[in-house]
Amino acid sequence: MRVWRDPRLRALLFQALVLAGVIGLALFILDNTLTNLERRGITSGFDFLSSTAGFGIIQTLVDFSEESSYGRAFLVGLLNTLLVSALGIALATFLGFLVGIARLSHNWLVSRLAATYIEVFRNIPLLLQIFFWYFAVLQTLPGPRQSLAVGDVVFLNVRGLYLPKPVPEESFWWIPATLSLSVLSIILLVRWARRRQDRTGRAFHSMYASLALLLGPLLVAALVTGFPVSWELPVLKGFNFRGGLVLIPEFMALLIALSVYTAAFIAEIVRAGILSVSHGQTEAAHALGLRPLQTLRLVVIPQAMRVIIPPLTNQYLNLTKNSSLAAAVGYPDLVSVFAGTVLNQTGQAIEVIAITMAVYLTISLTIAATMNWYNRRVALVER
Amino acid sequence: MKFKAKIFLSTAVALVVLAQAAVAGQTLDTVKDKGYLTCGVHNGLPGFSSPDDKGRWTGIDVDVCRAVAAAVFGDASKVRFTPLSAKERLTALQSGEVDVLSRNTTWTLTRDAALGLNFTGVTYYDGQGFLVRRDLGVTSALDLAGASVCVQTGTTTELNLGDYFRSNGLEYSPVVFEKSDETLAAYEAGRCDALTSDRSQLYAHRIKLRAPTEHVVLPEVISKEPLGPVVRQGDDAWFNIVKWSLFAMVNAEELGIDSGNAGRLKASSRSPAVRRLMGVEGDKGKALRLGNSWAYDIVSQVGNYGEVFERNLGADSPLQIDRGLNKLWSKGGLQYAPPVR
Repeated sequence: MRVWRDPRLRALLFQALVLAGVIGLALFILDNTLTNLERRGITSGFDFLSSTAGFGIIQTLVDFSEESSYGRAFLVGLLNTLLVSALGIALATFLGFLVGIARLSHNWLVSRLAATYIEVFRNIPLLLQIFFWYFAVLQTLPGPRQSLAVGDVVFLNVRGLYLPKPVPEESFWWIPATLSLSVLSIILLVRWARRRQDRTGRAFHSMYASLALLLGPLLVAALVTGFPVSWELPVLKGFNFRGGLVLIPEFMALLIALSVYTAAFIAEIVRAGILSVSHGQTEAAHALGLRPLQTLRLVVIPQAMRVIIPPLTNQYLNLTKNSSLAAAVGYPDLVSVFAGTVLNQTGQAIEVIAITMAVYLTISLTIAATMNWYNRRVALVER
Repeated sequence: MKFKAKIFLSTAVALVVLAQAAVAGQTLDTVKDKGYLTCGVHNGLPGFSSPDDKGRWTGIDVDVCRAVAAAVFGDASKVRFTPLSAKERLTALQSGEVDVLSRNTTWTLTRDAALGLNFTGVTYYDGQGFLVRRDLGVTSALDLAGASVCVQTGTTTELNLGDYFRSNGLEYSPVVFEKSDETLAAYEAGRCDALTSDRSQLYAHRIKLRAPTEHVVLPEVISKEPLGPVVRQGDDAWFNIVKWSLFAMVNAEELGIDSGNAGRLKASSRSPAVRRLMGVEGDKGKALRLGNSWAYDIVSQVGNYGEVFERNLGADSPLQIDRGLNKLWSKGGLQYAPPVR
């Protein structure tokens, strides 16, 4: 029998051909790029990461000055991206769950309001929303000398939101130490309560006990050490406010737009998740004597989560990737600082873009992996 | 470069690569084949390059592009303009998207040596300054301690700003945008106390503000900013053409040739220098792989350097910028072109 008459061999042959084609193309691209870079006299390699950057960045979570290196600028950008993404995810989740549940409310006004929110924010492009918050809202605020003020403590102006900054004193370490002990004992308590209920059927309301465990020791520790936190207030000095905690308008516009936009999608996901639990489940729970809140907590939500988690992961990934729109309003995120300023000052486009893409890929895969792990935990175990 | 790094690079290059393969040939032939010149310009900077009310590009940078087109095709209109932001410009040239970059770009060592580019000359000698509101009461850049400063990203300006405040021990917060229009809008909204850029740009920006007289350009010039056209390295013939297009305009001014008298002087001048430049004597154009009337075409269609300057930036423009350093060397300035011999 000839080779091409054997379906198995034929399939193998075609797969080998395709594979060879892909590898060939990749090699061609690699070779072509390297040849062209060399012929053009364009410097390549990653040595630039250790040379001096020479520019300033407005918001830095770690020390950064003009003397710092491009590598350090990369770190600053990366942390700024992670900051806005993490806060965005937290805010969007909170707002999304709130709106999603409100959308299902029997109160006509509440559900209509939620529906309007979803339809408006879901259907306007994110970039426009960022522009709206930045140019139409935050950039029309008064200047530093005419700031909107709450007492002499909080100031809002066109340069940003100025808040008092907590400065830990020497004995501050008692507070986190106490807090971690409390959290540890709460975890143990909840585990014990669950085991006892499994064994004896008697429920232990761990909610109040946990709250007492959390706040009690914290209060005692704070009293004993004499509240070891002082507050640094923002003060108008020269052109700007100095001191305090500053939220720059670029950050606020991006964070608000990302959260509000993504929350609209999350709300729909939450609604779909809750609706996916059949009403029979609720009726069965009621028949067993569970109260409405218990029904929600023990029967509906655990089943809804199975539907909610996978699309929620998508929204988290979208939010993180959308944070790269920061460049539009000049928030110093990874794309703006590294793939923008650094790329331009060094001119090493290929290296910089490759690193940036690799970073986003890593962040996204990490989020996906975490959410998949959680999804496996809440997924239905089939026997 | 290490092998691992090479592999890493290869994953990200598909976009750049396809464009690069196309420009490996001689730029002059490519330009002639397609029938027009592609020129990278600023996306809207009065005096340098901005579209007028009829959508026609005007400005000194734009006229440099027209001069190159006139030299190559004998027709200054055979050029297409690609508006580029500061961030995009060098990559656009490196990847072959544009044949010439004439976009108020500062000539620096890094750009010349490490980026595979060549600057062909200086169209405009500039320096960096600061624009502030008059009612701020600031008279010197040294009074700007603690100020917020709006600056465009990917520019030498951004680095000079860092250098200046660092060397004077002053604090500042940089507010960075990608496009110069965005920096201007932020400055106008009060996001920053000062706007920093090349001084020519500050004058150009000022006339765009709602009340130009309420803003002043501070006296300090904190850097040298020689702005000029840029080409890719490795194509010397093309480098020569762009370089000598600018030189032809400067030489023409020096010899007293302008768009009005070029025709007459070509026909009747007895000065050997004029006759050489106009292509009547010697085969100077052929040496550049162009027609011998290349310089005549530039001057008659675009004008000499002085005309171009006054029309776009100087007395005949709304900007009213003094020629200063950009006067001819014989009049106390820096504009100097090697002889056509």
